[in-house]
Amino acid sequence: MTRYILNRLGQSAVILVLVSLIGFVVLNLAPGGPLSQFALTPGMSQAELDRIAEQLGLNRPLLVQYIDWFSRLFIGDWGRSFRDGQSVLAIIAGHLPATLLLMGTSTLVSILIGTWVGVMGAVRRYSVFDTLATVGAMVALSIPTFWFGLVAIYLFSLNLKWLPAGSMYTIGDQSIGDYAIHLILPVMVLAFVNVAIWSRYMRSATLEVIDQDFVRTARAKGLPYRRVLIHHIVRNALLPMITLAGLQLPTILGGALVTETVFTWPGMGRLFLDSIGYSDYPVIMGILMFSAILVLLGNLMADLLVGLADPRVRLG
Amino acid sequence: MSHRTDSDKRSSLLNPTRRQMLGMSLAGAAGLMLPWTRSSMSFAATPGNPFGQVIIGFSQEPTVFNPHMPHIEVDEGIYWNLYDPLFGIAPDGSYVPALAVEVPTVANGGISEDGLQWKVKLRDGVTWHDGKPFTADDVKFTLGLIMDPKFRSGRRAGHDLVRDITVVSPTEIQWRMEKPYAPYASILSSTFIVPQHAFAGISDPNTAPFNNAPIGTGPFKWANRVPGDHIQLDANRTYYGQAPHLERVVFKYIPDLTVMYTQFKTGDIDVTAMQGIMPDHYEEAKGLAGRTVVNLPVATIEAVAFNLERPQFKDPAVRKALYLALDKQTIIDELYYGLPSPTETYMPQQSAYYNPNLPKQTFNLEEARRILDEAGWKPGAGGIREKEGVRLSFTNSTTAGNQVREQTQQFMQQTWQEIGVEMQISNLPPAVMWGDYWMQSKFDSVVVGINYLTGADPDTTDYFGSHSINAQGGAGQNNFQYKSTEVDTLLTQGATVQDVEKRKPIYLKVQEVIRNDLPILPLFQYTYVRGYKEGLKGFTGNVNLRIEPWNVNTWMWA
Repeated sequence: MTRYILNRLGQSAVILVLVSLIGFVVLNLAPGGPLSQFALTPGMSQAELDRIAEQLGLNRPLLVQYIDWFSRLFIGDWGRSFRDGQSVLAIIAGHLPATLLLMGTSTLVSILIGTWVGVMGAVRRYSVFDTLATVGAMVALSIPTFWFGLVAIYLFSLNLKWLPAGSMYTIGDQSIGDYAIHLILPVMVLAFVNVAIWSRYMRSATLEVIDQDFVRTARAKGLPYRRVLIHHIVRNALLPMITLAGLQLPTILGGALVTETVFTWPGMGRLFLDSIGYSDYPVIMGILMFSAILVLLGNLMADLLVGLADPRVRLG
Repeated sequence: MSHRTDSDKRSSLLNPTRRQMLGMSLAGAAGLMLPWTRSSMSFAATPGNPFGQVIIGFSQEPTVFNPHMPHIEVDEGIYWNLYDPLFGIAPDGSYVPALAVEVPTVANGGISEDGLQWKVKLRDGVTWHDGKPFTADDVKFTLGLIMDPKFRSGRRAGHDLVRDITVVSPTEIQWRMEKPYAPYASILSSTFIVPQHAFAGISDPNTAPFNNAPIGTGPFKWANRVPGDHIQLDANRTYYGQAPHLERVVFKYIPDLTVMYTQFKTGDIDVTAMQGIMPDHYEEAKGLAGRTVVNLPVATIEAVAFNLERPQFKDPAVRKALYLALDKQTIIDELYYGLPSPTETYMPQQSAYYNPNLPKQTFNLEEARRILDEAGWKPGAGGIREKEGVRLSFTNSTTAGNQVREQTQQFMQQTWQEIGVEMQISNLPPAVMWGDYWMQSKFDSVVVGINYLTGADPDTTDYFGSHSINAQGGAGQNNFQYKSTEVDTLLTQGATVQDVEKRKPIYLKVQEVIRNDLPILPLFQYTYVRGYKEGLKGFTGNVNLRIEPWNVNTWMWA
């Protein structure tokens, strides 16, 4: 087991180096750059831009820049933002809680509702409920989040005036109730799509289990259906969901670009988009590395958890 | 200490406890009272006793708080409330003393007759937000910091002429200019003074703690920043000037303009500042209950600009014909909802130096064709005119994704086609468009909005001086590669004369020459549509500045 984990970590390190190298090169080769945003500033000349580029170390050969950046990673120095001069790690840490709150809540809601809808749909296959759930999932998956978010704001904030139109909290308030009220709309929008996805996975996973011999045996020996459903069917159907949940880790911490924009939520998704808009290389690289680490960790954790939950799976 | 308990009392009113909050939320759900619209709560403010808050929406996030580091417009919205220059600039273009007791002029002896010696008397008894006294040393330090080779300063133009800065006394400073440079007054009017003590003992000014926890002398002081969300400033109760009426001001970052407009309608924000309301929402916005919507002129001029080194554009007749075949009024009316005002010059119409007597452009395809015919541009293959092997075919570029501009291009394309000119649209993402492509004159022609002035000074050497061409080794923004000895002489002369009345004829003449040479085809002077809640007093634009919330200390809820 320990050897397996060490092996996986070793592979991950190689992948991280590759990801960072490709990311760094692509980023720097893309035309434009962090200084073009100042080009239309009055009084700015090419000479001034060149001076700033030199002060930022941007005129050095690409390989030198990469090695400099990469070697600093090991001493915990992920560089500083070109925009506000803060350290990249501090910036990521500053945006993480907002994303964690939004994505954590919505993922939890989606998994709970999605699992329930999926199991119910599978148990009562082709019933009215199942048909409605299937159609509903198709609709939810086809509606663009941006549009759905705006419609939700239009309806609940502008017309009904029940809920705030965005933001994470009322500035100067920040009580739990205030956070909760601000969470409702974005969580609803995110859950709308995610419930659809989860319920589809859960439905097919349940269908696979529901006709297996051990289920028939359990029922034959006279167990109540409820007990069979929970202990035999759902428990087995949940196994592939663990892997799925592990793959969700980067999404949970990586944020939701569109939803964060529509609801002015100061999370990781916005940070990434803004950093790209301003060609803030250190921050973009930081987020890229952070996401890569999460993907690798999420996969590793999912594999380990499946091993723990399902004795049939052997790692090594 | 006393003001702390004061504000605590108030914040208990504004910040209910959790239990109160839950009660209010329930009431809110019942549609009785909405806690999040509280920002509009209005109470009569008494001078020296600031009350209430205002939430200002920005579509870009302010991130640079050291005013001397490279920054964009939106950052200046913070500076104007946090810091003070020596003297500022009023909407009418006149200078107003701030940290200086009076604005130095030749008349009051602040500037010597030859424009070389500057002497500034400073206000006594001003303190920084952290309580330390402000002195002439801070001014000296600020001017030094800008030129510090270790420091990543944004712009040095103008400051690089300052020599021998001498602190005469804590309230007096003087320096010498390497050469007379009249626009320096304008540059100083947006040079914010920063505290020397905040940089004491710091080896790298680029990463000084000050840069993210700024200390100023302005009407508001730094409270906190939630990255990606908002910045809060609190009233500076010991401000030497007009004391703020508002207890706090919040700059809220709302990246999407549709969302910003929605939050303006719901009342989540009190003011839509930068980018504000899109022109196509203007009519609807004007009809909103409880909201005031204004159309503010700004100094940015929209124009079609040429790369004059391209053989197609070397002939003045071509530029003249293209201008005649430009249906300006239809572009303004149909694409910009009639909001901006048509113009013939790069100078904003509010400036004292604006030349109102320039010939008016008329849309006249017949005349355009005649001029091209006379100049020897004969229709060739595909009806495209050509002369001596040069076809009147070129690209036009602008920021990809700017829909109104892209429509403008399509419109130009059509009318120019009618006079036998072929224009291809070749748009680029902003980072590419305004990178080397623009700075090194790699374009044929562009559609671009530029503020051509040096601050509020009429000097446009950066844009029209022949030594400002980056592609030819110069330093500036003359990416049109425009060269005119007459304009060069006039601009040099204008920069050395201090007196407004003597400078005026010079710059009127510059505008005349530019209007005749047409390195740019001026379309219109921009206006920004901005909105605020009814009951907010004091919101005014300032055509001389790049951003609106410049005078929040005079705002109040009525």
